[in-house]
Amino acid sequence: MDNRISKDANDRVDGIYKVTGKAKYFAEYELPGLTYGVLVTSTITKGKITALDTKAAEKAPGVIAVISHLNKPSAPAYEQEGGSPFKIFYTDKIFFNGQPIAIVVANTFERATYAASLVKATYSKEEFNTDFEKAVKDAKSKKLQGQPDYKRGTENAYKTAEVQIESQYHLPIETHNPMELAGIIADWRPNNQVTVYAKTQGVKATQGTIANVFKIPVENIQVNSEFVGGGFGMGLRTWPLEIATVMASKHIAKPVKLVITRMQMFTMVGNRPAAVQTVGLGANKDGTLTGITHRAFGETSAYENFTEGVVNMAKFMYQCDNVNTQYTVVPVDLGVPIWMRGPGEATGAFALESAIDELAHALDMDPLEFRTKNDPEKDQQRNKPFSDKNIKEAYKIGAEKIGWSERKNKPGSLIDGQWKSGYGVSIGVFNANRGRASVKGILKADGTLILQSATSDIGPGTGTGMTLIASKLLGIPGDKIKFELGDSSLPPAPSQGGSATLSTVGSAVNDVCVSLKSTIAELAANSNMDATSNFVDVLKKNSLPSIEVIRQSQAGKEREDYSMYSFSIHFVKVKVNSLTGVVKVDKIVSVGDSGTIVSPKTARSQMVGGAVGGVGMALTEESVIDHRYGRYINNNFADYHVPVNADIPEIEVHFINKPDPYINPMGAKGMGEIALIGFSAAVANAVFNATGKRIRTLPITPDKILASV
Amino acid sequence: MINFQYLRTTSAKSAINLLLKDKNSRFIAGGTNLIDLMKRGVTAPEKLIDINHVPLKEIELVGNKIIIGALASNTAVANNEIVNAKLPLLAMALNAGASAQLRNVATVGGNMMQRTRCGYFYDIEMPCNKRQPGSGCGAVGGFNRMHAIFGTSDKCIAVHPSDMCVALVALDAVVVLANAKGERNVLFKDFHRLAGDTPQIDNNLKADEMIIRLEIPTNNMAKNSHYLKVRDRASYAFALVSVAAGMEVVDDKIINVRLAMGGVAHKPWRLTAAEDFLKGKEPSLGNFGQAAKLAMSGAKGFGENDFKLQMAPNTIIEALTIAKSKA
Repeated sequence: MDNRISKDANDRVDGIYKVTGKAKYFAEYELPGLTYGVLVTSTITKGKITALDTKAAEKAPGVIAVISHLNKPSAPAYEQEGGSPFKIFYTDKIFFNGQPIAIVVANTFERATYAASLVKATYSKEEFNTDFEKAVKDAKSKKLQGQPDYKRGTENAYKTAEVQIESQYHLPIETHNPMELAGIIADWRPNNQVTVYAKTQGVKATQGTIANVFKIPVENIQVNSEFVGGGFGMGLRTWPLEIATVMASKHIAKPVKLVITRMQMFTMVGNRPAAVQTVGLGANKDGTLTGITHRAFGETSAYENFTEGVVNMAKFMYQCDNVNTQYTVVPVDLGVPIWMRGPGEATGAFALESAIDELAHALDMDPLEFRTKNDPEKDQQRNKPFSDKNIKEAYKIGAEKIGWSERKNKPGSLIDGQWKSGYGVSIGVFNANRGRASVKGILKADGTLILQSATSDIGPGTGTGMTLIASKLLGIPGDKIKFELGDSSLPPAPSQGGSATLSTVGSAVNDVCVSLKSTIAELAANSNMDATSNFVDVLKKNSLPSIEVIRQSQAGKEREDYSMYSFSIHFVKVKVNSLTGVVKVDKIVSVGDSGTIVSPKTARSQMVGGAVGGVGMALTEESVIDHRYGRYINNNFADYHVPVNADIPEIEVHFINKPDPYINPMGAKGMGEIALIGFSAAVANAVFNATGKRIRTLPITPDKILASV
Repeated sequence: MINFQYLRTTSAKSAINLLLKDKNSRFIAGGTNLIDLMKRGVTAPEKLIDINHVPLKEIELVGNKIIIGALASNTAVANNEIVNAKLPLLAMALNAGASAQLRNVATVGGNMMQRTRCGYFYDIEMPCNKRQPGSGCGAVGGFNRMHAIFGTSDKCIAVHPSDMCVALVALDAVVVLANAKGERNVLFKDFHRLAGDTPQIDNNLKADEMIIRLEIPTNNMAKNSHYLKVRDRASYAFALVSVAAGMEVVDDKIINVRLAMGGVAHKPWRLTAAEDFLKGKEPSLGNFGQAAKLAMSGAKGFGENDFKLQMAPNTIIEALTIAKSKA
């Protein structure tokens, strides 16, 4: 280890690997005889392939095979059409523009790329619609799928309230765009033995999907994914492109590597679905909330449904006796969406938290005071107490740090030349999950501890968190502990998603360490050693090179008794230029209320990353489609605007850092999602406070500020 | 991407000779735009002539002109002391463009040769008269939020993407071009062209010519100049609208003024009517507003870019105000 780099116990265990290039990502593995796949994609949006001319591609230099629906190898799960998921290379049907229709495999990436350009498809085209807003308008009369309606008390009570607002909010498609592109290396060997290097949020999930598609035993499949260069939800399923690569490897009996292009990232690995939402809120003149109605339409694909928790928050986040929600999905002829950080809750929070601000304004109340007044004592949806909630304390901390006292309730009050300043607040909330996971611990006489679990680290710092839990329990320094993950042969764990890994896998780490501790104590007692003896001495005395334990851990009855959530409060100060319409985020304060903070440094990073993602969602990110062609227009990093350093001001992060007494042994709750949920509303609310302009369509670009009155 | 030949040369003369030998050859310097276009299949030169080793990187003050070699990097120009002292508008415009990494390799000549960022130009599956004459214009009736409001034709409404060129047109730069027979000078305002009926031609550089250098006269506007770029994010984004403004103010009178806009036309757009109006007048908000109004004469929106009809004059006023306020 380079001793010029300061190292403390809270540093990322793999930080130096990541910044020095030693961390190996899926695409960096070199297998003997590796070949390279490139996908050919449809240039129409809907219809049928009537002919596929692959001759020129097959004759091109270095080409090994061109695989399509015409010659795909056997994949037993793909022998009948329809159903979900979309079956790549099974059908001649086209469901969306950019759909993979063939994979060209060659001995170099460049040759495969060139040959892919020679594949010529002929189509019969059909009418299509990729315009979600249009689909929503047309959908009113149709029967739609979604989630069950929810009602508590009187439906649409807001309509009879003393003070009421009703507004509609629009979100465009957002695309995940992690720095690392999607892809896979697949190596199908004799006797149906398969090894893959994947970009996945769940090695067990990838293993299971491949086993299922090809009907081979799970044990035959080894999935490796030690480092992932960002997932944000796009790695939560095994995509057609991955199955295509496994097929190609099976077909040519050689390892195949596929890394898709940035353009293909917009069509092949999901997106945050577009949404149209209406929120109606009513209150008494004293600011008591009397009615919440939240109706949402979410985008889905024509060939596969995707639903998420857009209207969840309205059901429990505020004290209110009358709540009704509705959520339906509307299909368009695009690739199927998937969860994107904060997922549906972030979509819903933009609408609900903007609406709360609108109602507070209608009441002429400070929105923070309004929120505090309507903060619920218990979860009215489930009629249960919250396991742990410190929102009022979080409001107080955040308000002080952002300088809320400088805020004027009257919009447009803080003016400096052409720049107007404003403050906004919002809340984010996400279910504090805990799943089931197994961890193996190996305590060695050389003083080290190895922990193993088939979990993932898409960036939050899984290994760091687990090491800190173990270090605290066993008193072993972090640099003597190694947490191994991203390997499907390790004890099973769920995919990394829904802010659950620390809670789920951390609990199993806890149980393993507790067990190891008691085994050592037992061994010490049996060999007449002091109960506080160092484990190394105990193992040596017993001539044991190591001891091992596996523990499976999961939640118990506590989840029936309590409602468990993580919360975040976002405070944002913005400046808006009244001539140019430019919005500049001036300061951010995010306060996390998510139980014990196990890993302070990576927890802070989570909150910072969420705020940056939130700035993107609020101000810059939008995937644009030309609906005449069904093709994306801005599908590259120059035109799809993720925020850059120049967009991001000082970000202050604070934590309540009090253990949740019920959730898990650490008292720690997830925070990957809450870091983003609600953030975009805080920005929109700040823009309103600065200018008096209420922007209800994201992203809030300069043209929208100028157009709004 | 198809295979291509790659050659390297170390003198302008040999570069021009190599260019003459093969019609489908291109110079490559920083390559920050050309390589993108090749990867997307927009262009497919058979031969790339690498001119990075041709000694055209000088940045120097000669008499009352600043001479900048065509192969000086954007970063070198933006960081140059003479440029910052005499022509800060140019440095500001350069720093507003692209990203630090791109500016490090992008050259002055390459920047002038940048092609539009219109999404229809880049996607070979969509119509674009600039890429494929006669195929139609996707942006008319399509996604045209980034597109032109001045000097458009029904064939093409693309904009020139450069920031540097907006400053250069305001600064009355002269472009020195060379072919095998010798050099010729072109006023910067005449280097780029409007789309008209031939949108596939971006500028007036001839097929046998090479950009050698820029000659930019110094002026007395250094103190009161500003480049204001309005964009969707604070860095690494093309202009919705940008304004290069410079003025010389004596006794509260504008003696000399330069104004140009980016993100609004197929070429960097000089605002001569607004300049003429401002000359001799007080640098007041009222006069800036009048000038901005004059500058907008003939502007036309295409739907999604209608907001530019308001943003452009506003940005002119704001740029002039900031330029004036610099003490």
